[in-house]
Amino acid sequence: MKVSYYPGCTLKTKAKNLEDAAVSSMAALGVDFQELQRWNCCGAVHSLADDDLIHHVAPVRDLVRAMDQGSRQVVTLCSMCYNTLARANLLMRNDEVKRKTINDFMSEETDYHGEVEVVHFLNFLRDTVGWDTLRSRVKASLNGMKVASYYGCTLVRPADVAIEPAGGGKVMNEFIDALGGSPVDFAASTVCCGSYQILAHPEAALEVIGRIIESASSAGAEALILSCPLCEYNLAKKQAELVSSGKISKKLPVYYFTQLLAIALGLGPEASRLDLNEAGSVEFLKAKNFPVESGARA
Amino acid sequence: MSAPVKQVATGDRAILPEGAKTIPIFVMGKRYEVPETLTIMKAMEYAGFKFLRGAGCRGGICGACPTVYRREGDYKLYFGLACQTVVEPNMYLAQIPFYPANRAVYDIEKIEPVADAIHALYPELFRCVACNNCTKACPMHVEVLDYISAIKQGDIARAARISFDCIQCGMCASRCMGELPQYHIAQLVRRIYGKYIQPKAEHLQKRVTQIESGRYDKALDELQKMDHARLEKIYKEREREPDMVPLGAWMPKDTQYL
Repeated sequence: MKVSYYPGCTLKTKAKNLEDAAVSSMAALGVDFQELQRWNCCGAVHSLADDDLIHHVAPVRDLVRAMDQGSRQVVTLCSMCYNTLARANLLMRNDEVKRKTINDFMSEETDYHGEVEVVHFLNFLRDTVGWDTLRSRVKASLNGMKVASYYGCTLVRPADVAIEPAGGGKVMNEFIDALGGSPVDFAASTVCCGSYQILAHPEAALEVIGRIIESASSAGAEALILSCPLCEYNLAKKQAELVSSGKISKKLPVYYFTQLLAIALGLGPEASRLDLNEAGSVEFLKAKNFPVESGARA
Repeated sequence: MSAPVKQVATGDRAILPEGAKTIPIFVMGKRYEVPETLTIMKAMEYAGFKFLRGAGCRGGICGACPTVYRREGDYKLYFGLACQTVVEPNMYLAQIPFYPANRAVYDIEKIEPVADAIHALYPELFRCVACNNCTKACPMHVEVLDYISAIKQGDIARAARISFDCIQCGMCASRCMGELPQYHIAQLVRRIYGKYIQPKAEHLQKRVTQIESGRYDKALDELQKMDHARLEKIYKEREREPDMVPLGAWMPKDTQYL
């Protein structure tokens, strides 16, 4: 099965662990994940100003590229790429005037009307691979590991691009369940991670990061999964700071959801790329007897 | 009585051949009648302009004569090299011989050949909105947006390859709403690629070492001292690789210089 796939810039630089784990997992499942031949930045943030159309050009151009190479569907891994691509797609489908303005500006490209479907990898796993197939391919079950699903904002907001209906909170839980883990519900699952405020207002961001981690830990989670490099930066890379300032009692291992997928499919450390995760992430899985270091076997 | 001869040639200018057709062009807003089929550069010189800057190789590769123009009845901007672009009736044009853009200072000997190093020197990269005006402005038809995207994605080899035809004219930077100095970034990328990433031609290094060790000095001395007749004879009798011979399938009979 051939599937067109849009990686996004961060997955090629700071978040290779999000991408490599997914690509290896798909190969193991017999899905031919084909990166778009030409692509640019997704735009990163969807512009909300009504007359600011230039910031929709980047995601629309990616969708044109996908259409031009004959793809009807584009799978994304990063939550933010998913959000900007999906929202630009809706705009091109539903707003005739803006569609014309954008198509006219991009006169060097094929006209676009929303022909391509933007799909997040979690929904691709659910709808195309299927939980039963996935379950049958698991070689190293998570074996009841208590995993918290962190959605953040961009997978579930706004409602018209949410990967599942509001209040659903199911797809990531079903994913964990299929891998043999025990999904942990926690109150802060869709609370914003602090986003770019970590640069402008770090104190405010650290406050909310602390609350999210405490919320997951106190609900009994042993680990937390997410699908966004910015959330990962805040929720994983900032934990050490929060422990030393006393804002959280202990660290909580954080993984990209694709990394637990690769591990459960029995793929080696080259696939799961835990070498790029924060200190403690490898040790936690090693203690659970997963093959997460070169040469080790479960 | 014969019809009066139309006087077109002037004494100290290029002489227009009899019957040659002229067309109007507008250089910096002023109208000039110039012979059709000339390049913009030659047409401007015909009209009396003298280039102190804004002209270099006249062969379409030095990047000194980028020109921006509009066509009659068309709102779009067009870009071309003055030495390569043929004049069109009623084109409005101006040359932009130089466009200011920030160039980062770095020591190529000390730089780390990774995307992070490039991103740190040129953080403007992340102001790109993928509008593609850079690509539209490139007189060399380089896919500028594609190489900028490749750099953001950390693919130095791809960016070096895509930007290879860049002539540093700066038209990309002139049209960028993110104020990126694309052509300087691309040059850094190609330098890093050339120095640290591109595979080295080991056979070339080997041959340079042989030459430097004096292996061919004697043969060259003999050639330099040789009389004309002898030189001509050995040139004509030299062994020559036949055309279209498959790679590695031919060897000369005389291998003493290999």
